[in-house]
Amino acid sequence: MRLITHNMLKCHVRGCDDSSKNFPLEIQDAQLEQIEAEKNDAFLVRMFPRLEWNALVSTAKNLSINNLPEKIPENIEEDQALLEILHTVLLETNVKEGRMVCRGCGHIYAIKNSVPNMLLAEHEI
Amino acid sequence: MSRPEHLAPPEIFYNEDEAKKYTTSTRIATIQAEMSARALELLALPENESMYILDIGCGSGLSGEIIEEEGHYWVGLDISDSMLDLAVEKDLEADLFLQDIGHGLGFRPGTFDGAISVSVLQWLCNADKKINRPLYRLQRFFSTLYSALRRGARAVFQFYPENDDQVQMILSTAMKCGFTGGLVIDFPNSKKAKKQYLCLFAGSAPGSARSQKLPAAQGIDGEFSAPNSLRTTTRNPKKKGQNRTPVKSKDWILQKKELNRSRGDKPVPHDSRYTGRKRKTKF
Ligand SMILES: C[S@@+](CC[C@H](N)C(=O)[O-])C[C@H]1O[C@@H](n2cnc3c(N)ncnc32)[C@H](O)[C@@H]1O
Ligand SMILES: [Zn+2]
Repeated sequence: MRLITHNMLKCHVRGCDDSSKNFPLEIQDAQLEQIEAEKNDAFLVRMFPRLEWNALVSTAKNLSINNLPEKIPENIEEDQALLEILHTVLLETNVKEGRMVCRGCGHIYAIKNSVPNMLLAEHEI
Repeated sequence: MSRPEHLAPPEIFYNEDEAKKYTTSTRIATIQAEMSARALELLALPENESMYILDIGCGSGLSGEIIEEEGHYWVGLDISDSMLDLAVEKDLEADLFLQDIGHGLGFRPGTFDGAISVSVLQWLCNADKKINRPLYRLQRFFSTLYSALRRGARAVFQFYPENDDQVQMILSTAMKCGFTGGLVIDFPNSKKAKKQYLCLFAGSAPGSARSQKLPAAQGIDGEFSAPNSLRTTTRNPKKKGQNRTPVKSKDWILQKKELNRSRGDKPVPHDSRYTGRKRKTKF
Protein backbone atom coordinates (compact mmCIF):
# COMPACT_ATOMS: atom_id res chain seq x y z
CA MET A 1 0.00 0.00 0.00
CA ARG A 2 1.31 3.38 -1.06
CA LEU A 3 1.13 6.24 1.40
CA ILE A 4 -1.21 8.19 -0.87
CA THR A 5 -3.87 5.54 -0.36
CA HIS A 6 -3.21 5.30 3.37
CA ASN A 7 -4.08 9.00 3.50
CA MET A 8 -7.52 8.22 2.05
CA LEU A 9 -8.26 5.39 4.45
CA LYS A 10 -10.30 5.54 7.63
CA CYS A 11 -11.61 2.81 9.88
CA HIS A 12 -14.78 1.18 8.51
CA VAL A 13 -15.88 -0.67 11.63
CA ARG A 14 -19.58 0.01 12.09
CA GLY A 15 -20.22 2.77 14.58
CA CYS A 16 -16.60 3.92 14.60
CA ASP A 17 -17.61 7.35 13.34
CA ASP A 18 -15.59 9.83 15.37
CA SER A 19 -13.58 11.44 12.58
CA SER A 20 -11.01 12.79 15.02
CA LYS A 21 -10.11 9.18 15.91
CA ASN A 22 -10.97 6.88 12.98
CA PHE A 23 -8.46 8.68 10.77
CA PRO A 24 -5.58 8.38 10.14
CA LEU A 25 -5.00 4.75 10.97
CA GLU A 26 -1.77 4.54 12.91
CA ILE A 27 0.91 2.53 11.15
CA GLN A 28 2.93 0.35 13.51
CA ASP A 29 5.92 -1.98 13.14
CA ALA A 30 6.21 -1.03 9.51
CA GLN A 31 8.54 -2.51 7.00
CA LEU A 32 8.69 -0.05 4.14
CA GLU A 33 9.60 -0.62 0.56
CA GLN A 34 10.56 2.02 -2.00
CA ILE A 35 9.25 1.04 -5.42
CA GLU A 36 10.19 3.20 -8.35
CA ALA A 37 7.24 4.83 -10.11
CA GLU A 38 6.92 7.03 -13.13
CA LYS A 39 6.85 10.74 -12.30
CA ASN A 40 3.49 12.36 -12.79
CA ASP A 41 3.29 15.95 -11.55
CA ALA A 42 -0.14 16.54 -13.07
CA PHE A 43 -1.59 13.68 -11.04
CA LEU A 44 0.00 14.91 -7.81
CA VAL A 45 -1.31 18.42 -8.38
CA ARG A 46 -4.80 17.04 -8.99
CA MET A 47 -4.69 14.80 -5.90
CA PHE A 48 -3.19 17.43 -3.62
CA PRO A 49 -6.51 19.00 -2.50
CA ARG A 50 -7.75 15.52 -1.50
CA LEU A 51 -4.90 14.98 0.94
CA GLU A 52 -5.27 15.50 4.67
CA TRP A 53 -1.99 17.29 5.12
CA ASN A 54 -1.61 17.03 8.89
CA ALA A 55 -2.34 13.32 8.80
CA LEU A 56 0.22 12.88 6.04
CA VAL A 57 2.91 14.75 7.97
CA SER A 58 2.29 12.86 11.20
CA THR A 59 2.15 9.49 9.44
CA ALA A 60 5.38 10.25 7.58
CA LYS A 61 7.17 11.36 10.74
CA ASN A 62 6.07 8.23 12.46
CA LEU A 63 7.84 6.33 9.65
CA SER A 64 10.96 8.53 10.03
CA ILE A 65 10.20 10.48 6.88
CA ASN A 66 10.93 14.02 7.96
CA ASN A 67 11.17 16.05 4.78
CA LEU A 68 7.57 17.23 4.46
CA PRO A 69 6.78 20.85 5.42
CA GLU A 70 4.61 21.16 8.55
CA LYS A 71 2.45 23.86 7.04
CA ILE A 72 0.23 22.99 4.14
CA PRO A 73 2.14 24.17 1.07
CA GLU A 74 0.73 26.53 -1.54
CA ASN A 75 1.20 26.62 -5.31
CA ILE A 76 2.71 23.18 -5.36
CA GLU A 77 2.62 23.08 -9.17
CA GLU A 78 5.46 25.60 -9.18
CA ASP A 79 7.49 23.89 -6.49
CA GLN A 80 9.61 21.26 -8.25
CA ALA A 81 11.50 20.33 -5.10
CA LEU A 82 8.29 19.67 -3.21
CA LEU A 83 6.76 17.71 -6.10
CA GLU A 84 9.85 15.53 -6.04
CA ILE A 85 9.41 14.85 -2.33
CA LEU A 86 5.68 14.23 -2.71
CA HIS A 87 6.35 11.79 -5.52
CA THR A 88 8.74 9.79 -3.38
CA VAL A 89 6.58 9.86 -0.27
CA LEU A 90 3.12 9.36 -1.79
CA LEU A 91 3.69 7.22 -4.86
CA GLU A 92 6.91 5.33 -4.16
CA THR A 93 6.79 4.56 -0.46
CA ASN A 94 4.93 1.33 0.23
CA VAL A 95 4.09 -0.34 3.51
CA LYS A 96 5.02 -3.95 2.99
CA GLU A 97 4.52 -5.45 6.43
CA GLY A 98 3.13 -4.13 9.68
CA ARG A 99 -0.28 -3.08 10.87
CA MET A 100 -2.69 -0.17 11.04
CA VAL A 101 -4.44 0.57 14.29
CA CYS A 102 -7.62 2.59 14.72
CA ARG A 103 -7.39 5.10 17.56
CA GLY A 104 -11.17 5.05 17.86
CA CYS A 105 -12.17 1.42 18.26
CA GLY A 106 -8.77 -0.23 18.51
CA HIS A 107 -9.25 -2.48 15.47
CA ILE A 108 -5.98 -3.79 14.12
CA TYR A 109 -5.63 -4.11 10.36
CA ALA A 110 -2.67 -6.38 9.67
CA ILE A 111 -0.55 -5.76 6.57
CA LYS A 112 1.08 -8.77 4.93
CA ASN A 113 2.96 -8.86 1.65
CA SER A 114 1.82 -5.27 0.99
CA VAL A 115 -1.87 -6.17 1.38
CA PRO A 116 -3.81 -4.78 4.37
CA ASN A 117 -6.43 -7.11 5.77
CA MET A 118 -9.63 -5.06 6.05
CA LEU A 119 -11.92 -7.95 6.99
CA LEU A 120 -14.08 -7.27 10.02
CA ALA A 121 -15.41 -9.53 12.74
CA GLU A 122 -19.10 -10.28 12.97
CA HIS A 123 -19.68 -7.76 15.77
CA GLU A 124 -18.03 -4.99 13.75
CA ILE A 125 -20.30 -5.09 10.69
CA MET B 1 -25.25 -22.12 -16.70
CA SER B 2 -23.96 -23.11 -13.33
CA ARG B 3 -23.44 -20.23 -10.95
CA PRO B 4 -20.25 -20.35 -8.93
CA GLU B 5 -21.82 -18.10 -6.30
CA HIS B 6 -24.21 -20.95 -5.50
CA LEU B 7 -21.37 -23.34 -4.82
CA ALA B 8 -19.44 -21.67 -2.03
CA PRO B 9 -18.64 -18.24 -0.54
CA PRO B 10 -16.21 -16.33 -2.79
CA GLU B 11 -13.20 -16.61 -0.48
CA ILE B 12 -13.68 -20.39 -0.51
CA PHE B 13 -14.62 -20.75 -4.18
CA TYR B 14 -11.61 -18.72 -5.33
CA ASN B 15 -9.07 -20.86 -3.54
CA GLU B 16 -5.54 -21.34 -4.79
CA ASP B 17 -6.51 -23.84 -7.49
CA GLU B 18 -9.48 -21.95 -8.82
CA ALA B 19 -7.58 -18.64 -8.71
CA LYS B 20 -4.81 -20.16 -10.79
CA LYS B 21 -7.20 -21.75 -13.27
CA TYR B 22 -9.09 -18.48 -13.60
CA THR B 23 -6.02 -16.36 -14.09
CA THR B 24 -4.14 -18.56 -16.55
CA SER B 25 -7.08 -19.13 -18.90
CA THR B 26 -6.56 -16.98 -22.00
CA ARG B 27 -10.27 -17.25 -22.76
CA ILE B 28 -11.18 -15.71 -19.43
CA ALA B 29 -8.42 -13.12 -19.67
CA THR B 30 -9.73 -11.99 -23.05
CA ILE B 31 -13.33 -11.64 -21.92
CA GLN B 32 -12.42 -9.88 -18.68
CA ALA B 33 -10.12 -7.48 -20.53
CA GLU B 34 -12.86 -6.59 -23.00
CA MET B 35 -15.44 -6.01 -20.30
CA SER B 36 -13.00 -4.00 -18.21
CA ALA B 37 -12.22 -1.76 -21.18
CA ARG B 38 -15.92 -1.28 -21.79
CA ALA B 39 -16.56 -0.48 -18.12
CA LEU B 40 -13.75 2.08 -18.21
CA GLU B 41 -15.22 3.59 -21.35
CA LEU B 42 -18.60 3.92 -19.62
CA LEU B 43 -16.90 5.85 -16.80
CA ALA B 44 -16.44 8.64 -19.35
CA LEU B 45 -13.28 9.99 -17.75
CA PRO B 46 -11.60 13.07 -19.15
CA GLU B 47 -9.05 12.19 -21.77
CA ASN B 48 -5.30 12.16 -21.25
CA GLU B 49 -5.48 12.56 -17.51
CA SER B 50 -4.43 10.07 -14.88
CA MET B 51 -7.31 9.30 -12.56
CA TYR B 52 -7.59 7.58 -9.19
CA ILE B 53 -9.79 4.53 -9.75
CA LEU B 54 -11.26 1.86 -7.50
CA ASP B 55 -11.50 -1.72 -8.79
CA ILE B 56 -14.15 -3.54 -6.76
CA GLY B 57 -13.53 -7.29 -6.64
CA CYS B 58 -10.25 -6.90 -8.52
CA GLY B 59 -9.35 -10.58 -8.26
CA SER B 60 -5.98 -11.40 -9.75
CA GLY B 61 -5.80 -8.05 -11.52
CA LEU B 62 -7.17 -8.90 -14.97
CA SER B 63 -9.40 -5.83 -14.82
CA GLY B 64 -6.77 -3.70 -13.09
CA GLU B 65 -4.24 -4.31 -15.81
CA ILE B 66 -6.55 -2.53 -18.22
CA ILE B 67 -6.94 0.42 -15.84
CA GLU B 68 -3.17 0.60 -15.59
CA GLU B 69 -2.65 0.43 -19.34
CA GLU B 70 -4.85 3.50 -19.63
CA GLY B 71 -2.44 5.35 -17.37
CA HIS B 72 -4.61 5.50 -14.26
CA TYR B 73 -3.74 4.84 -10.64
CA TRP B 74 -5.88 2.21 -8.99
CA VAL B 75 -6.85 0.60 -5.74
CA GLY B 76 -8.19 -2.96 -5.76
CA LEU B 77 -10.38 -4.75 -3.22
CA ASP B 78 -11.01 -8.47 -3.08
CA ILE B 79 -12.15 -11.03 -0.55
CA SER B 80 -10.04 -13.90 -1.90
CA ASP B 81 -6.45 -13.93 -0.70
CA SER B 82 -5.52 -16.48 -3.37
CA MET B 83 -6.68 -14.13 -6.09
CA LEU B 84 -4.84 -11.23 -4.44
CA ASP B 85 -1.66 -13.30 -4.15
CA LEU B 86 -1.66 -13.66 -7.92
CA ALA B 87 -2.26 -9.94 -8.33
CA VAL B 88 0.67 -9.17 -6.02
CA GLU B 89 2.91 -11.47 -8.06
CA LYS B 90 2.17 -9.47 -11.19
CA ASP B 91 3.87 -6.45 -9.68
CA LEU B 92 1.05 -4.14 -10.69
CA GLU B 93 1.19 -0.51 -9.68
CA ALA B 94 -1.79 -0.77 -7.41
CA ASP B 95 -2.77 -0.81 -3.77
CA LEU B 96 -4.54 -4.05 -2.95
CA PHE B 97 -6.77 -4.73 0.03
CA LEU B 98 -8.21 -7.96 1.39
CA GLN B 99 -11.76 -6.83 1.91
CA ASP B 100 -15.36 -7.99 1.93
CA ILE B 101 -17.22 -5.23 0.10
CA GLY B 102 -20.37 -6.26 1.95
CA HIS B 103 -18.70 -4.89 5.12
CA GLY B 104 -18.58 -1.44 3.52
CA LEU B 105 -15.59 0.61 2.39
CA GLY B 106 -13.43 2.84 4.53
CA PHE B 107 -12.39 5.59 2.14
CA ARG B 108 -12.71 9.24 3.00
CA PRO B 109 -15.41 11.24 1.17
CA GLY B 110 -14.55 12.18 -2.40
CA THR B 111 -11.52 9.93 -2.74
CA PHE B 112 -12.03 8.33 -6.16
CA ASP B 113 -12.60 9.67 -9.67
CA GLY B 114 -14.44 6.51 -10.60
CA ALA B 115 -14.97 2.85 -9.82
CA ILE B 116 -15.30 -0.25 -11.93
CA SER B 117 -16.26 -3.77 -10.99
CA VAL B 118 -16.12 -6.70 -13.38
CA SER B 119 -18.09 -9.91 -12.77
CA VAL B 120 -18.48 -9.39 -9.02
CA LEU B 121 -21.82 -7.86 -7.99
CA GLN B 122 -23.86 -11.07 -8.32
CA TRP B 123 -21.73 -12.50 -5.51
CA LEU B 124 -23.01 -9.86 -3.13
CA CYS B 125 -26.62 -10.93 -3.62
CA ASN B 126 -25.99 -14.34 -2.21
CA ALA B 127 -26.76 -15.33 1.35
CA ASP B 128 -23.81 -17.66 1.46
CA LYS B 129 -23.49 -17.53 5.22
CA LYS B 130 -26.08 -17.24 7.95
CA ILE B 131 -24.80 -13.83 8.97
CA ASN B 132 -24.81 -12.50 5.41
CA ARG B 133 -28.00 -10.62 4.71
CA PRO B 134 -27.76 -9.52 1.06
CA LEU B 135 -29.91 -6.42 1.38
CA TYR B 136 -27.99 -5.18 4.38
CA ARG B 137 -24.68 -5.89 2.66
CA LEU B 138 -25.74 -4.10 -0.52
CA GLN B 139 -26.83 -1.11 1.52
CA ARG B 140 -23.60 -0.95 3.45
CA PHE B 141 -21.63 -1.31 0.23
CA PHE B 142 -23.48 1.27 -1.89
CA SER B 143 -23.70 3.90 0.84
CA THR B 144 -19.97 3.76 1.61
CA LEU B 145 -19.13 3.64 -2.11
CA TYR B 146 -21.27 6.72 -2.77
CA SER B 147 -19.33 8.61 -0.18
CA ALA B 148 -15.94 7.38 -1.43
CA LEU B 149 -16.61 8.78 -4.92
CA ARG B 150 -16.20 12.40 -5.98
CA ARG B 151 -19.43 14.15 -6.82
CA GLY B 152 -20.19 13.51 -10.46
CA ALA B 153 -18.02 10.39 -10.57
CA ARG B 154 -19.39 7.14 -11.91
CA ALA B 155 -19.30 3.54 -10.82
CA VAL B 156 -19.75 0.93 -13.54
CA PHE B 157 -20.44 -2.71 -12.73
CA GLN B 158 -20.44 -5.46 -15.32
CA PHE B 159 -22.34 -8.29 -13.65
CA TYR B 160 -24.33 -11.45 -14.21
CA PRO B 161 -27.67 -10.96 -12.50
CA GLU B 162 -29.48 -14.17 -11.74
CA ASN B 163 -32.97 -12.78 -12.36
CA ASP B 164 -34.99 -9.56 -12.50
CA ASP B 165 -35.61 -9.52 -8.77
CA GLN B 166 -31.89 -9.35 -8.21
CA VAL B 167 -31.54 -6.46 -10.65
CA GLN B 168 -34.37 -4.62 -8.90
CA MET B 169 -32.88 -5.22 -5.46
CA ILE B 170 -29.52 -3.87 -6.61
CA LEU B 171 -30.97 -0.87 -8.41
CA SER B 172 -33.34 0.19 -5.68
CA THR B 173 -30.64 -0.15 -3.01
CA ALA B 174 -28.22 1.94 -5.07
CA MET B 175 -30.87 4.62 -5.58
CA LYS B 176 -31.64 4.70 -1.85
CA CYS B 177 -27.97 5.36 -1.23
CA GLY B 178 -28.07 8.42 -3.48
CA PHE B 179 -27.00 7.09 -6.86
CA THR B 180 -28.80 7.74 -10.11
CA GLY B 181 -28.30 5.80 -13.32
CA GLY B 182 -29.42 2.48 -14.68
CA LEU B 183 -28.57 -0.52 -16.79
CA VAL B 184 -26.75 -0.44 -20.09
CA ILE B 185 -27.22 -3.68 -21.97
CA ASP B 186 -24.84 -4.33 -24.85
CA PHE B 187 -25.96 -6.76 -27.55
CA PRO B 188 -29.23 -7.66 -25.78
CA ASN B 189 -30.37 -10.00 -28.51
CA SER B 190 -27.25 -12.06 -28.66
CA LYS B 191 -27.02 -14.87 -26.19
CA LYS B 192 -23.26 -14.87 -26.37
CA ALA B 193 -22.39 -11.19 -26.67
CA LYS B 194 -25.03 -9.81 -24.27
CA LYS B 195 -23.42 -7.97 -21.39
CA GLN B 196 -25.04 -5.96 -18.61
CA TYR B 197 -23.47 -2.88 -17.09
CA LEU B 198 -24.91 -1.10 -14.11
CA CYS B 199 -23.93 2.57 -14.55
CA LEU B 200 -24.24 4.61 -11.40
CA PHE B 201 -23.70 8.34 -11.00
CA ALA B 202 -22.68 9.79 -7.66
CA GLY B 203 -24.49 13.11 -8.00
CA SER B 204 -23.18 15.75 -10.36
CA ALA B 205 -19.96 17.69 -10.23
CA PRO B 206 -20.21 21.08 -8.55
CA GLY B 207 -21.03 23.73 -11.12
CA SER B 208 -22.49 21.32 -13.65
CA ALA B 209 -26.22 21.93 -13.66
CA ARG B 210 -27.34 19.18 -15.96
CA SER B 211 -27.96 15.73 -14.66
CA GLN B 212 -26.04 12.80 -16.06
CA LYS B 213 -27.38 10.83 -18.98
CA LEU B 214 -27.14 7.09 -19.29
CA PRO B 215 -24.59 6.22 -21.99
CA ALA B 216 -25.75 4.46 -25.16
CA ALA B 217 -25.41 0.71 -25.35
CA GLN B 218 -23.70 -1.17 -28.13
CA GLY B 219 -25.43 -3.23 -30.77
CA ILE B 220 -29.07 -2.18 -30.50
CA ASP B 221 -31.87 0.02 -31.83
CA GLY B 222 -34.60 -0.02 -29.22
CA GLU B 223 -34.74 2.03 -26.06
CA PHE B 224 -37.27 1.77 -23.29
CA SER B 225 -37.85 3.02 -19.80
CA ALA B 226 -37.53 0.93 -16.72
CA PRO B 227 -39.33 1.68 -13.44
CA ASN B 228 -37.87 3.84 -10.70
CA SER B 229 -36.93 6.56 -13.16
CA LEU B 230 -34.20 4.23 -14.28
CA ARG B 231 -33.60 3.85 -17.89
CA THR B 232 -32.30 0.87 -19.69
CA THR B 233 -30.43 1.36 -22.91
CA THR B 234 -29.90 -1.48 -25.27
CA ARG B 235 -28.51 -1.98 -28.74
CA ASN B 236 -29.05 -4.48 -31.49
CA PRO B 237 -26.00 -6.41 -32.58
CA LYS B 238 -27.28 -7.08 -36.09
CA LYS B 239 -27.51 -3.48 -37.21
CA LYS B 240 -24.83 -2.68 -39.73
CA GLY B 241 -22.26 -0.06 -39.04
CA GLN B 242 -22.94 0.04 -35.33
CA ASN B 243 -21.17 -3.15 -34.69
CA ARG B 244 -18.03 -1.70 -33.29
CA THR B 245 -15.26 -3.71 -31.78
CA PRO B 246 -14.74 -3.08 -28.09
CA VAL B 247 -12.24 -0.29 -27.37
CA LYS B 248 -9.68 -2.82 -26.54
CA SER B 249 -10.23 -6.16 -28.14
CA LYS B 250 -7.78 -8.90 -27.49
CA ASP B 251 -6.08 -8.09 -30.77
CA TRP B 252 -5.77 -4.48 -29.77
CA ILE B 253 -4.15 -5.38 -26.49
CA LEU B 254 -1.85 -7.96 -27.99
CA GLN B 255 -0.92 -5.57 -30.73
CA LYS B 256 -0.18 -2.86 -28.23
CA LYS B 257 1.91 -5.17 -26.13
CA GLU B 258 3.74 -6.40 -29.20
CA LEU B 259 4.37 -2.84 -30.23
CA ASN B 260 5.60 -1.91 -26.80
CA ARG B 261 7.85 -4.91 -26.74
CA SER B 262 9.39 -4.13 -30.09
CA ARG B 263 9.82 -0.50 -29.12
CA GLY B 264 11.20 -1.48 -25.80
CA ASP B 265 10.56 1.97 -24.35
CA LYS B 266 7.50 1.15 -22.30
CA PRO B 267 6.96 -1.42 -19.62
CA VAL B 268 4.66 -4.22 -20.81
CA PRO B 269 2.22 -5.89 -18.42
CA HIS B 270 1.86 -9.62 -18.01
CA ASP B 271 5.56 -10.15 -18.26
CA SER B 272 5.38 -8.09 -15.10
CA ARG B 273 5.08 -4.42 -15.78
CA TYR B 274 8.14 -3.28 -13.95
CA THR B 275 10.41 -6.25 -14.12
CA GLY B 276 13.18 -3.73 -13.81
CA ARG B 277 11.55 -1.56 -11.19
CA LYS B 278 13.93 -0.74 -8.44
CA ARG B 279 12.89 -1.93 -5.00
CA LYS B 280 14.48 -1.02 -1.74
CA THR B 281 13.38 -2.34 1.60
CA LYS B 282 13.66 -0.18 4.69
CA PHE B 283 12.94 -1.12 8.26
C1 LIG C 1 -15.08 -13.48 -11.63
S1 LIG C 1 -13.92 -12.80 -10.50
C2 LIG C 1 -13.53 -11.24 -11.29
C3 LIG C 1 -12.18 -10.69 -10.93
C4 LIG C 1 -11.72 -9.49 -11.74
N1 LIG C 1 -12.60 -8.35 -11.57
C5 LIG C 1 -11.61 -9.87 -13.20
O1 LIG C 1 -12.29 -9.25 -14.01
O2 LIG C 1 -10.86 -10.77 -13.52
C6 LIG C 1 -14.94 -12.33 -9.14
C7 LIG C 1 -14.17 -11.76 -7.96
O3 LIG C 1 -15.07 -11.18 -7.03
C8 LIG C 1 -14.55 -11.37 -5.74
N2 LIG C 1 -15.61 -11.20 -4.74
C9 LIG C 1 -16.75 -11.89 -4.62
N3 LIG C 1 -17.46 -11.45 -3.55
C10 LIG C 1 -16.74 -10.46 -2.99
C11 LIG C 1 -16.93 -9.64 -1.83
N4 LIG C 1 -18.00 -9.77 -1.05
N5 LIG C 1 -15.98 -8.71 -1.53
C12 LIG C 1 -14.87 -8.60 -2.31
N6 LIG C 1 -14.65 -9.34 -3.41
C13 LIG C 1 -15.56 -10.28 -3.74
C14 LIG C 1 -14.00 -12.78 -5.81
O4 LIG C 1 -13.09 -13.07 -4.78
C15 LIG C 1 -13.37 -12.81 -7.21
O5 LIG C 1 -12.02 -12.47 -7.18
ZN1 LIG D 1 -12.25 2.10 14.33
